[in-house]
Amino acid sequence: MEQSKVDEEHSLIKPKTLEEVRTMIRAHKRNDFIFSSIGLLTITFALLTLLILFVDLVMDGYPKLNYQFFTDFPSRRAANAGILSAWVGSLLIMLVTFITAVPMGVAAGVYLEEYAPKNWFTDIVEINVTNLAGVPSIIYGLLALGLFVYTFHLGQTIVTAGLTLGLLMLPIVIVSTREAIRSIPVAIREAAYAVGATKWQVVLHHVIQYSFGGILTGIIIGMARALGETAPIITVGALTFIAFLPPAPLTMEPPFISFEWLQSGFTVLPIQMFSWLSRPEHAFHINAAAAGAVIIILTLVMNGTAIWLRYRIRKNIKW
Amino acid sequence: MATTQLLKDPPISKRLAKNIKRNFIERVIEIILMFAALAATFITIGIVYILVTEASGFFKEVSIIEFLTSRQWSPLFEDAHYGILPLISGTLTTSFVALSIAIPIGTIAAIYLSEFASHKTRESVKPVLELLVGVPTVVFGYFALLFVTPLLQKINPDLPTFNMLGPGIVMGVMIIPYIASVAEDAMRAVPMHMREGSYAMGATKFQTAIRVVTPAATSGIIAAYILGISRAVGETMVVAIAAGQQPTFTFNPLEGAATITAYIVQVAMGDLPHGSLGYQSIFAAGMVLFVITFVFNILGHMARKRFAERY
Repeated sequence: MEQSKVDEEHSLIKPKTLEEVRTMIRAHKRNDFIFSSIGLLTITFALLTLLILFVDLVMDGYPKLNYQFFTDFPSRRAANAGILSAWVGSLLIMLVTFITAVPMGVAAGVYLEEYAPKNWFTDIVEINVTNLAGVPSIIYGLLALGLFVYTFHLGQTIVTAGLTLGLLMLPIVIVSTREAIRSIPVAIREAAYAVGATKWQVVLHHVIQYSFGGILTGIIIGMARALGETAPIITVGALTFIAFLPPAPLTMEPPFISFEWLQSGFTVLPIQMFSWLSRPEHAFHINAAAAGAVIIILTLVMNGTAIWLRYRIRKNIKW
Repeated sequence: MATTQLLKDPPISKRLAKNIKRNFIERVIEIILMFAALAATFITIGIVYILVTEASGFFKEVSIIEFLTSRQWSPLFEDAHYGILPLISGTLTTSFVALSIAIPIGTIAAIYLSEFASHKTRESVKPVLELLVGVPTVVFGYFALLFVTPLLQKINPDLPTFNMLGPGIVMGVMIIPYIASVAEDAMRAVPMHMREGSYAMGATKFQTAIRVVTPAATSGIIAAYILGISRAVGETMVVAIAAGQQPTFTFNPLEGAATITAYIVQVAMGDLPHGSLGYQSIFAAGMVLFVITFVFNILGHMARKRFAERY
């Protein structure tokens, strides 16, 4: 009885001959092959396009990439123009960014992961950090213009630009610190508590030590992003033509350290590139390509280091 | 042993004193760390505060109705008009061009990497994608202005130097690695046994990818799209360099038009006095941009969280 019912149901579906089934399988296998080829082609195409663009840029800028280019100030004549003030500006701004964003970001990440109670308040802070990571960078520029330049009267200076990029980098550092800390097993913490360590001792001597690699990865990625960022620096008022260097941080007379450079006007590498790019003459476009090549190489090296570091950590550490 | 150790220890009162000091330091450190975490919240509050206060000066002079409905944006001219629509149309058009390239290619790349590629291919392509996400956008502006647009002009000689197609395409290429990377993560997170179940039923890789893995990873893939949209809308340098500075109410990518971000850059490059209407107008434009990306970011965050919870 049961068997006949099943047979009946089967007979409702049109029976397939062996040949039909084979054709169907062939068709499915063909789809498999077609998609796999399309996928491979797409990825190759996308990566190749980007490679061509980079090679084109480096080739365009190659004639300018010599020692002179790094030691010359910008000039009205394209042949004499260099990026001295730009790379010095970038370096000093990155210093300010590093000093402000890193301690704060790591501290915030540690708090959210180790201390924060699980309640609505922590949820709000969390959503906030995720959202901040997605806010367009130019909005940070507007914040800095309204807050640092016109409310705190810091002026259009290196310290303003450094703080602006610090704000931009903060969410990146927080997120990577949290991810690094989260991968440390609870057993490590429990072992430390068991021998009488306080919370802070556990955090300082164990949690931060073991997650250091992951935190460093986030810091490098954040710094690379800060280095290449243009829009927020434009809004806080970078100058596009600067033929002087900020005052040196080290002086010959006591107290040997000077902070005057913080108050100096500035330009940075991407701004210099942007300003050359917006000129109509072709000669300046070559300068822009050379500056672009410098920026690309710097950011690729930084990001590459970070990714390699993360890969090594994942490979070596097995809890 | 243990008893002699105990006898050598300092008297109980001293140990308690040390404990009190220790607990006090612990509290102080916790409070310092908490303030660091609060700083992140202060940034958001700061953004909203600055945008609202500066834009409120703008809206005292300009009615919101004109701002949202007028089709002309010329705050810096004698005959000033304050309609945000041309800037929004520019933003939407460039984003649309970018996403119509980035979403299909990014999705195909993600499916291929997650379901078809060998372990070795995936492990070598994934870091390259991450590397490409970090390339500064000003460099992509160079590509749009001096590589892609001249190339397009060979196909269509009528194309102006500043147009929305070239930067749109470059932005699309720029966003591909981002979408591919996030979508691939989502598809990887689908548990292996679901694929194995599908294979056991005789499904091919393609059938499994399309009918099992992709539906299971939908919210993660949507999160990748939404974050991609948010990036395209907020992208500044590519459009500021290559899409032109003229606010035009058009959806034709072959024309040049300013986006919200390009307008902000244009004004910031010039030296407008603090407090003038032109200066306040960039905060009004910025507020519109912030609201748009904020909505997309929250949606993306919610979609991402949903897919994280499911498995």
